[in-house]
Amino acid sequence: MATHCGLTGRNAVVSLMRAYASGGNPLRIVIVDDSGLRATILQDGLREAGYDDIHIVPPESGFVARLERMAPDVVLMDLGSPSRDTLEEMLVVSRALARPIAMFVDQSDETMIGAAIDAGVSAYVVDGLRKERVKPVLDLAIRRFNAFARMRTELDEAKTERDQAKIALQERKIVDRAKAILMNSRKLAEADAYALLRSTAMNQGKRIVEVAEALITASNLLGGLA
Amino acid sequence: MTPFSVAFLPLTDSAVLIAAKEKGFAADAGIDLSLVRTTSWATLRDRLIYGQVQAAHMLAPLAIAVTLGLSQHTAALSAPLRLNINGNALAMAPDFAAALDPDPVRRIEDPLGTAHDFAAAIGLHRRKPVIGIVHRFSCHALLLRYWLGAAGVEPDRDLSLRVLPPSLMVEALRTGEIDGFIAGEPWSSVAVADGLAEIVMTGARIWQRGVEKVLAFRADWMERHPEAVDSLLVALARAAAWCDDPAHHEELADMLERPEYVGRPAAELLPALRGSLILRHGEPAVSIPDFLLFHREAAGFPWRSQALWIYSQFVRWGFVKADPETERQAAGVFRSDVYRRALSGTGLPMPGASMKVEGAIAEPLGVGAHRGALTLGADRFFDGRIFDPTDIAGYLARE
Repeated sequence: MATHCGLTGRNAVVSLMRAYASGGNPLRIVIVDDSGLRATILQDGLREAGYDDIHIVPPESGFVARLERMAPDVVLMDLGSPSRDTLEEMLVVSRALARPIAMFVDQSDETMIGAAIDAGVSAYVVDGLRKERVKPVLDLAIRRFNAFARMRTELDEAKTERDQAKIALQERKIVDRAKAILMNSRKLAEADAYALLRSTAMNQGKRIVEVAEALITASNLLGGLA
Repeated sequence: MTPFSVAFLPLTDSAVLIAAKEKGFAADAGIDLSLVRTTSWATLRDRLIYGQVQAAHMLAPLAIAVTLGLSQHTAALSAPLRLNINGNALAMAPDFAAALDPDPVRRIEDPLGTAHDFAAAIGLHRRKPVIGIVHRFSCHALLLRYWLGAAGVEPDRDLSLRVLPPSLMVEALRTGEIDGFIAGEPWSSVAVADGLAEIVMTGARIWQRGVEKVLAFRADWMERHPEAVDSLLVALARAAAWCDDPAHHEELADMLERPEYVGRPAAELLPALRGSLILRHGEPAVSIPDFLLFHREAAGFPWRSQALWIYSQFVRWGFVKADPETERQAAGVFRSDVYRRALSGTGLPMPGASMKVEGAIAEPLGVGAHRGALTLGADRFFDGRIFDPTDIAGYLARE
């Protein structure tokens, strides 16, 4: 991945004009994110809140140039994105030509900044925008980022549970096959076959499934005694 | 145990922090050290400034830039310890490197000649060379500018400097997005191993004993917690001594390999630790003994003259206007007084002065020290220039 920092005078002028013109106009918000799901969640939230000039830009090669053409009022970005330095360099280079863009609404508002960092949101806002215009956007971004993080944790947990269930099922099948081999070759009842597996496992200090696997392997090697 | 969170970027020169945790130096000093891995300097900076961590593995020029208000938020930072000296390399794509001396060893042995060859190669290249730098306020970017500046190159005019995170440099080279990059190890070695680039210069050949990463604190936090700061510095000084010992390099590389730290194979990390780098794919490694220093020669000591050299380069490249107050602020970021306070009881040799004339030591030199014998290695700039921190205007006038 790489970026293009080429800033032309015209782009700078366009962003300059937008910055001045945005006094009462709808905010143009760009979300830089490579997680499609998180960006969509954030976009939906902003739409519901009445913002409709929203764009999602993945931080791929050339994203800085795209961003400059869009001339957003607010850029929201994942704090963990490695591309933040690339974006900030654009802001520094632009500074000589266009209005500076500052991070966070108001640097004195440490509570909000703390909340933003905790949630993993970084925001770049065109300087000069009134704080009360941007604050709801940031509040919403923080809530949605947090919701996404919670959801991902839950998904991970669910996945772990599913995996565990899958393993349990797999193991039960192995034990059933081993039982069948014993019932067949030793003419045992099912309960006795299971008892034999269990006592062998106890004697050898192994798990039942391990003994069952060994039995199945041996049975296969010996030419299908089962 | 005092809990301490320190942010770092996954680079070979984060070694001292990682060893302090893993080898128990932090615990011995009563510190419960948590290391917070971050992927951009911007995020590392924000975590430090907004108190999510108490300290950070930071590019020395970035600590000064944040203090001077040049990087988003202004916050007074303090650096009482250097985490390493040197450790970066310039890697260029083979088609560009072909215009330089064909022997890669001669290239790095003759930095002045190579600077001029590089300047000529710029004109021969099919486009304005695009060179990846990790940050505007990185030591490597300043060294690159300094080096090529000596050959008449105007970096902002003759090169296209593109900021990319170190971990994305190799991919950008592969896609042709950039023609080369200067970054901390292991990334140059990774690019060489993939046959995508040749190491054509190292930081240590531009300035033999430069300045690289520092341990940065918020100045106000550091003032309020002197005991915790001193304990951490003691732990890190001991860890640095451990890291410098060649007998520990393999163990250190295995540690850094883990995904929560640098997350690259130990084989890619060892060249920088050993000072033995492959410059061109398929060729034998070349010994560069001062490629990366952690401890010896008072490597941790934050010379205020080096903060001032960084300031002089900020002025030179127009990042900041020359101003006595700005100069005072920049020098004040490096806290040699805190280093002395914290480490006075450890038996480490302590330099007698806090500033030195940079670039004046041609041969290893015994210098005045409060305790023990201290030898400083050669610290020459490749062009033989000398930086007198008391006459920055005079130094810049001779550019």
